[in-house]
Amino acid sequence: MTTIDEHPTLTAQEQEWVDEFMDETTLFLGPDPEIMRSHSIAERTEHEEEVIAAGVDRIQVERIRKRIAGALDEGYEMCEAQGAAPGAKWGDLTTAIYTAAGDVSYLSCHGVIAFSAILHHPIRYIMKYWKDEPTVGVHEGDGFIHNDARYGNVHNTDQSMIMPIIRDGKIIAWVAATIHEGENGACEPGGMPSGSETPFDDGLRMSPFKIVERGELRRDLLTFLQHSVRDPKLQLADLKVKITAVRKIMERVDALIDEVGVDTFVGALRVTVEDVDAEVRRRISELPDGTYRFDQFMDSTLKENILIKIACKITVKGDHMTVDLRGTGPEILNRAINAPLCSVKSMMMQAILAFWWPDLPRCTSAMSCIEIISDEGTWADASYDAPMGQSLQASFRGFSMMQALYSRMSFSTPHKYSNVVANWFNQINTFLWGGVTQHGDMVGNLCADLNGMPGGAKPFRDGEDAVSPLFCAMADTAEQEVMEEEVPFMQLVAKRLVKDNMGFGKFTGGMGYEMIVAAEGTPHWGFMTVTSGAKFSSIYGMYGGYGCGTYPLSMVKGTNVYDHFRNDPGSFDLSIEKIMNERPFPEGTYMTSHMGLQYDLARDGELYMISQGAGGGYGDPLERLPESVVKDAELGRISQKVAFDLFGVVYDPETFRLDAKATDAARAAARAARLERGKPFAEFCEEFVTPEPPKDLPYYGAWGDTDQITATVHTTDGPERVTAPLDELPIVMIPDRREVKIAALEERVRELEIKHGEQVNRLA
Amino acid sequence: MRVPMTEYLVIDLDTERWVCRVCAHDMGSAHGNYKPGTLVYDRDPREIHQPIIDPERYEYTFSPDPSFCRILEYYCPGCATQIEVEYLPPGHPPTEDIVVDVAALRAQWQARGLDAEEVFNYGPGEDAQKHTAALKALGHVR
Ligand SMILES: [Zn+2]
Repeated sequence: MTTIDEHPTLTAQEQEWVDEFMDETTLFLGPDPEIMRSHSIAERTEHEEEVIAAGVDRIQVERIRKRIAGALDEGYEMCEAQGAAPGAKWGDLTTAIYTAAGDVSYLSCHGVIAFSAILHHPIRYIMKYWKDEPTVGVHEGDGFIHNDARYGNVHNTDQSMIMPIIRDGKIIAWVAATIHEGENGACEPGGMPSGSETPFDDGLRMSPFKIVERGELRRDLLTFLQHSVRDPKLQLADLKVKITAVRKIMERVDALIDEVGVDTFVGALRVTVEDVDAEVRRRISELPDGTYRFDQFMDSTLKENILIKIACKITVKGDHMTVDLRGTGPEILNRAINAPLCSVKSMMMQAILAFWWPDLPRCTSAMSCIEIISDEGTWADASYDAPMGQSLQASFRGFSMMQALYSRMSFSTPHKYSNVVANWFNQINTFLWGGVTQHGDMVGNLCADLNGMPGGAKPFRDGEDAVSPLFCAMADTAEQEVMEEEVPFMQLVAKRLVKDNMGFGKFTGGMGYEMIVAAEGTPHWGFMTVTSGAKFSSIYGMYGGYGCGTYPLSMVKGTNVYDHFRNDPGSFDLSIEKIMNERPFPEGTYMTSHMGLQYDLARDGELYMISQGAGGGYGDPLERLPESVVKDAELGRISQKVAFDLFGVVYDPETFRLDAKATDAARAAARAARLERGKPFAEFCEEFVTPEPPKDLPYYGAWGDTDQITATVHTTDGPERVTAPLDELPIVMIPDRREVKIAALEERVRELEIKHGEQVNRLA
Repeated sequence: MRVPMTEYLVIDLDTERWVCRVCAHDMGSAHGNYKPGTLVYDRDPREIHQPIIDPERYEYTFSPDPSFCRILEYYCPGCATQIEVEYLPPGHPPTEDIVVDVAALRAQWQARGLDAEEVFNYGPGEDAQKHTAALKALGHVR
C-alpha cells in the first residue's frame, strides 16, 4: 500500500512548471469564481497610484465628471431613440464608463442602475484571460459582447458592447452600453423563459468575446448570433446601435482626454470611485448598530406552486455593514427561478443607488464595502449548472430586502438622503409574446407594462399608481397603439385599475391596472407570463400597513371574442372581474392559474388576463383620513366593504358623504376588537409556531432562524421532506407536473375500476 | 432621550425600553425585539385581500391562499394601534426584525449632541417636511 502525501512541497521552479502546465492545458475558461464572487472595487493600479500621489484637482475632477455625464447621456439617448428592442425604446438600458480594472466610475443619469454592480465582472474577465491571450488581445477599436449572467449580468436578455479606451498602447478605461434586448434564442420567445429546465434552455450563452475587431464588426460571428435567435434583424440592428453609441461616447471622451491629459483623466475616474467608497462607509456609520431581518417567501417555481424562502439579515456595526443571505432556500435544478449571486447583488445595488442614496454617483463602490455572506447552491446564489431563465424572481427580492430594511435602519437618522418608503411592487406582471406577425416576421418580446409597477406608500403620501419599475425610474409603459401596428394582438383592456387591489395603510400603496389581450390574424402566436405571487403576496407593507394581494392569470379559451364584438359591439365592456364572474361568452372555457405560463398557443380571440400588483401600504389603516377613504370609494378604487372592513369608514354609498360619527364608532369598535382577539406574543407563538412546515406545503429554506434547510426531494417512493445544512442536501429537482397529473389520474382510474369490478389487462 | 425607531416605536434611552409612540405604553426591553411586548393576531389573508373573482369557482382569486400565507397583525396593548404586519407561512416563527445595540445608540446620539425626537424627519422634499411639521403640531412627534 502506498500513501500519498496530500500536500507535497514544491520548489518555486516546480510550482512554476505546474502553473505553466495547467495554463496550457486548461480545457475551458469558465466563469472565474475569484472574479464572480467579488463586488468590491479593485486595488489602485500603479498608474492610478502615481497620478493620485501627484495630486488631484477636485474642481477639475468635478468638471470631468460633468463632461462624462453629458457624453454618457448622449449615448443613452442614442440607444433609446434608435434601439430596435422594445426594452431600448422604454429606457431599459444604460451606458457607463469604467476604470481600466473595470470598476464603474460613472453611469448615465437615466437607465438601469443595477448595471453599475455587474459589468466589472466581464471586464475583469477580459483583462485576466483575453488581454494577453495571443489569439484574442485587446486593441484599439475592439469591442466585446456578452450576455451570460454566469459571467456577470442582470440576466441573459441583456447584451453589452464593451470597448476599451487605449492610449500609448495601454488600456486606460472602458466604455460600455447595455440594452435589455429581449429575444435571445431561449426555449421560449422573449429571452426570459419561465420554462427553462436546464441552463441550455436559457438562450444565448455569450461569455465575453470580441465581436468588433479593430473597428470592424465580425460578420461571421454576427451571423452565428443571428442564427441563434428568433429575431435576426433585432440582433443586427441593436449591435449597430450599441457600437455607434459607445463610439460617440468615446469620441467625446477622447476630446476630453486630449484636453486634460491621460493622467488627470485616469485620476478623475479613480478618485470618483474612491470618494463614493469613503462616503458609503460614512453613511453606514450614521445608522444605528444592530441586526435587521427581512424574510420573503416566493410561492412558485413558475411551473407549480411551492414556497421558497429568501432570507436576509443585515448587521450594522460602526461603518461596517454585513448582508447575510443564509437560510435562503436551495436552488432547484430544473426550474428557471434561480439567480446567480451577481444578479441578486445588482438589484441590491439598484435599491442602494435608487432608494437609499440617490444622490451618489453611480459607482461600483456604492456597495463595495458592504460584506455579503451567501452560500453557493441557493436559488439566490445558484451554481453554474442551474437554469436561470427567470432569475429576476430572486434578484428582485434582493431589491425588496434592501428597500425594506433601509427604512428600518435609517428611520432614526437625523439626516436622510431619501424618504422612508414601503416596498415597491416587485413582479414584472406583463405579457411576453412570440410568433409570426401580421407582416410575416418571426418575433419574440414583451409588453412594456412591466414598467407599470406601483410604488410603495411613504409616511406622508400614498404610493403612486403604476408609476415605474423598481429597476428604472424613467422607464415608459409605451404606446399600445404603436405596438399594435407591429404585433398581431390587441390590449382590449389596458391601464384600468382593479378595485380593491391595494396595499392598505394609513397611506396606501400605489395601485396596479389590468391587462386583457387577445390575438388575431396570425398563423402562429403565443403568450407567456413569468411571475410569482398568486398564492403568497410578493411584497409586504410597512409599520402596520399591508402588502399587495395576489395575482392570478385568468383565461378564456375556446371562444373568439372578436366575433362576439362584431355581432354585438355592446358586449365590449370588459374587466377581469366581469368576465370571470359573469362568463359572457357561453362557449368559452374559463380558468385561472398561477402566473407562470409557459408559451401558450393563442387562437384568434382567446382572452388572457392579468393584473399589475400594488405597492406596500404604510401605517395603521385605521389612521387613514376618513375623507381619503371616501374619496377612494367615490373614485371606484375601493369597495364599500373594504372601506368598512379595512379602514373602519362609514359613508352614504349614494352621495359619498362621510358619516363621521358612525366612522368614529366603527374605528373604536375595531380597536376594541383588536385588543379582544390579539394574544400576548409568547402565548401566540406557543399556539402558532410549529417545529416544521405544514405537511402538505412544499417548503424550501430555513424554517425560522436556523442553519438547517428544509426541502422536499422526490425519490422513487415519492416526495420526501429533508432537513439538513445546505451542503448536505441532495440535489433538488421537481418532477414534471404533467407526469404528476397523469399519475394521479391513473390512480383514480384504477380506483374506479376496482370499485366497478372492471377487469382490464394492460400490456406494459 | 427617546429615539424614534419605527413609525410607532421609540427607544427610551434612559429606561432602555421600547415605548409606543402613540400612547407611551411600555413594550419591553430595548435590548431585544419589540414583538414580545405586542398583542398578535393570526389573520386569514382572504379577509384583507378580498377575492375579486369568485372563490367558489376559481382556485386563484386575488386572495392569498390561507394554507400558504397568514398575516400576523401586531397591536400595541395600550392603544390598539397596528404597529406592524407580517406575512408568514402558517406556523413559521415570527422574524426578529430589529434588535438594536442600545449602548451604541446612546453613544451615537451623545456624539451628535442632538435630541433625537426634535430633529426627527421623514427625509428630503417639501411634502415630507410639511408632514413632519404637521405631526409635530399634533404632538405625534416632538
Ligand atoms: Zn400604544
